[in-house]
Amino acid sequence: MAVRVPAQLATMTPAEVRRTRTRVAVRRRFGRVGLYVVAVVAALAAATPFIWSTITMLKQDADLYNAQNNPFVFNLDPTTKHISFLFSDTKFLTFAVNTLWVGVLVVAITLAAALPAAYSLARLNMPWASGLGIAIFFVYLVPPTLLFISLARVVSILGLQDSTWSLVLIYPTITIPVAVWLLMGFLKAVPRDVEEQAMVDGYSRVGAFWRVVIPMAMPGIIAVIVFAFTLTAHEFIYALAFVSPSDHKVISTGVPTELVRGDIFFWQSLQASAVLVAVPIAFVFNLLLERFITGFTMGAVKT
Amino acid sequence: MGITSLPASERRALSDREGFLAPLFLLPAVVYVVALVAIPFFLAIAFSLTDVTAGDPSLDWVGFKNFDDIFHDPIFWRALRNTLLFTAATMVLTVVLAKALAMILVADFRFKRLIRFFVLLPWITPVALAAISWLWMFDSVYSPIDWVLRQPGLIDGNTHWLARDNLAAISVIAVQTWRIVPLAAVIIMAGLVAIPHEINDAAAMDGAGFWRRLWEITIPLNLPVIGVATLFGAILTFTDMTVVYILTRGGPDNATQTLPSYAFFKGIGGGDLAQGAAIALFLFPLLLAAAIAILRSVRKMETL
Amino acid sequence: MALAVEVRGLKKHYRGHGDHIRAVDGVDISTREGEYLVLLGPSGCGKTTLLRTIAGLEEATEGEVLIGGNVVNGLPPRARQVAMVFQSYALYPHKTVEDNITFPLKAEKISKEERRKKARWAADLLGIDHLLDRKPRHLSGGERQRVALARALVREPSVFLLDEPLSNLDAKLRASARDELKQFQQNLGTTTVYVTHDQAEAMGLGDRIAVMSEGKLRQLGPPHEVYDDPQDTFVATFLGSPPMNLVPRNGHVLGFRPENLLPEEVVPGGGTKLGVDLEVGRIEFLSGDRHVYGTARGLGEETRVIARLPATVTTPIEAGEVHRFAVHEKDLCFFDAESGMRTAPQPVWA
Repeated sequence: MAVRVPAQLATMTPAEVRRTRTRVAVRRRFGRVGLYVVAVVAALAAATPFIWSTITMLKQDADLYNAQNNPFVFNLDPTTKHISFLFSDTKFLTFAVNTLWVGVLVVAITLAAALPAAYSLARLNMPWASGLGIAIFFVYLVPPTLLFISLARVVSILGLQDSTWSLVLIYPTITIPVAVWLLMGFLKAVPRDVEEQAMVDGYSRVGAFWRVVIPMAMPGIIAVIVFAFTLTAHEFIYALAFVSPSDHKVISTGVPTELVRGDIFFWQSLQASAVLVAVPIAFVFNLLLERFITGFTMGAVKT
Repeated sequence: MGITSLPASERRALSDREGFLAPLFLLPAVVYVVALVAIPFFLAIAFSLTDVTAGDPSLDWVGFKNFDDIFHDPIFWRALRNTLLFTAATMVLTVVLAKALAMILVADFRFKRLIRFFVLLPWITPVALAAISWLWMFDSVYSPIDWVLRQPGLIDGNTHWLARDNLAAISVIAVQTWRIVPLAAVIIMAGLVAIPHEINDAAAMDGAGFWRRLWEITIPLNLPVIGVATLFGAILTFTDMTVVYILTRGGPDNATQTLPSYAFFKGIGGGDLAQGAAIALFLFPLLLAAAIAILRSVRKMETL
Repeated sequence: MALAVEVRGLKKHYRGHGDHIRAVDGVDISTREGEYLVLLGPSGCGKTTLLRTIAGLEEATEGEVLIGGNVVNGLPPRARQVAMVFQSYALYPHKTVEDNITFPLKAEKISKEERRKKARWAADLLGIDHLLDRKPRHLSGGERQRVALARALVREPSVFLLDEPLSNLDAKLRASARDELKQFQQNLGTTTVYVTHDQAEAMGLGDRIAVMSEGKLRQLGPPHEVYDDPQDTFVATFLGSPPMNLVPRNGHVLGFRPENLLPEEVVPGGGTKLGVDLEVGRIEFLSGDRHVYGTARGLGEETRVIARLPATVTTPIEAGEVHRFAVHEKDLCFFDAESGMRTAPQPVWA
């Protein structure tokens, strides 16, 4: 917001100075308003499907299946029957439970493998460390959509075909590389002095890692846990390819397939499932946003 | 805290030897990844060179026959073209929108947390569920979008978003952009925050207005980060089959088929594992190029 | 053209997490045209906030900022015709030195040729014309500082604002940089406001020093005045290294500088001297001086004090002995025990 300075400040009359000030103030107000407008538009653009989903999930059938009705308001009274339908008449709860325990196990496996690996790469300066770091990054880029066919074969060889355990086994391949990269960043942020102090105090390297480094990196670790869990809940193609029986499905595959009976879409329940799953995760994510950012940037800086 | 006196001997305990620890710590992760990524990767290559199907699990060598079949398959070319097109379009939109969004997210204003919450929702919702919401938004009869457009009389009746080739493509691109912009914005935000604020102050002192600061300082300094965000987004777009699967199943009539979705339909749907694998393998060169570009960008970031 | 800077009743408050931070809490300062004014104080005293408020990077919560007699509150930095050098220099890392220097000129409507000529002139003045094609990351600390100065100089501003520009330099470099900086400013004659926490720097550079603490101005005056005539105990102890000795006595605080605490027989001049029995603790040798650390007895409360003996004073002093020192009456300062403010001289034999 450059303001043209009409003359040397020294030779400007007080009146001219005052006029410049008002001009600046107006410009600033304008900019401020503009910012709010754009922010609100952005929020609306992003959230409209959800806002609308939330409204829809409470709509009566007669209200919903009427092309003339305003989709954004309740033309008839709202009802919670579709939500209860979701829980009582569909396997939604099963799907949710499956997603949860798969998530927990996958996160555990991820941390067990990724934490030591990240520590090794971040701290123990082996000459091949940076090369390996890059290799891990590359692995992350080999997508499920490339591997799912051969993995389907591997899964059936292992006898895990149609079992949710196949997901517990396979998902870490998605989460571990990312977790290593993020954790590398968080671990690098822990000052070496503290570790070295612990070692001087008598702990072994492993001891220092366990008792000092991990507690200090805990906020970052929590962020990685949430991120890994989110990745697990998102995953679609493996779940679709490996698990067919409905009792074993997760939310990601269960909802689209099971809540559609033939040609009939249970739209309100479908929307409800989307909202009920997304909102809590988003809430937690929002709280941890700053942590993720630190993690991303630190992971990118090689020292 | 027990302080153990160190033994007089020179030998250090295993738990101290870094030469031993470093590889040991890496072992679980490496084993996991090699076993469940590298092996399937090579297996996929093997599949593509055989005639394996769901019904006939034996691996009989057929050379490049599968690739030959694919090259003669017009749907494959359609899928390839779509993959590139969708990705390019999504990326262009994403860069512009994510940059703007990132700048909003770093600014300070009331309700910032709330706005941020909403703005992140598209990325955080599991793709499948988000796609389902959009499925209704694009419904042939009840689409809310159509309803909104009907009010001021912009259209009459319904736009069959998912039933017409071009509109279906636009719908897929729209959904991809919608879900990727938040992620890209967060990455770019990280970059914006990393610029020392004194540089912005100096630019203000030097009389640079908003737009000049944007073009001459902020964007040039953030180019690597923007690059990384774009490439991440690109990878997420062209390796995604979920959106296509749920919105259009690749239709209408294979108009929105992409490499991943086609690979899925051929491989798992049609049981022709060999061809599915062959199709999916085409993703790899694209990914490699993207990965190298990302690394270059990251390296550039460090030299500033 | 140099303009005078003035702040009247300036306050800058922040709403922190729940609490109210008074960064600048009512400051009145008025510079003369072409003056080199130093804002001195410990971290957090508000000096940088004050500088930024003068610059226009922060808006005052209350009070006014005047430049050349005009109230500039609400004007962006650009319109105030001030230039600032930041502690980290804030050079644009992706631009060459020349582009860095010409950047501020882009806001003025002059031709590209004109801009380059001016950049060259500024670079020449600072002896960096051979660096014009380099990027900041290829420059040493001292070179970067000069580029920052050149960038500030090129707009021919009315006021220079400098935020601890020497603190990022090596100690050795700092002394010569200080000298050059002073010369530079004297040649240009532009009003300069300079922030530092280093009292030696302040004493060396400033025409006047504004000592600040906790958002308030403690004393404003030329170096010898804030040094010899401190208005309160804060100023007394902040300036001078080692700091002024403060001994509580009879409800007052007695103050005297280490260089004025000498063995009794050596204290120069006639007139009344105040005797101090010093139990010597240890002695440090620094650049020819002797710093004698000890406990003062019989003066007031027992206090640890420091005496600075120049090389010319050869009186033998031993650690552990009790030696009779003295301070001349004229070198004594009296402060109120509660407020720390300077009071009139008290009778010493009471």
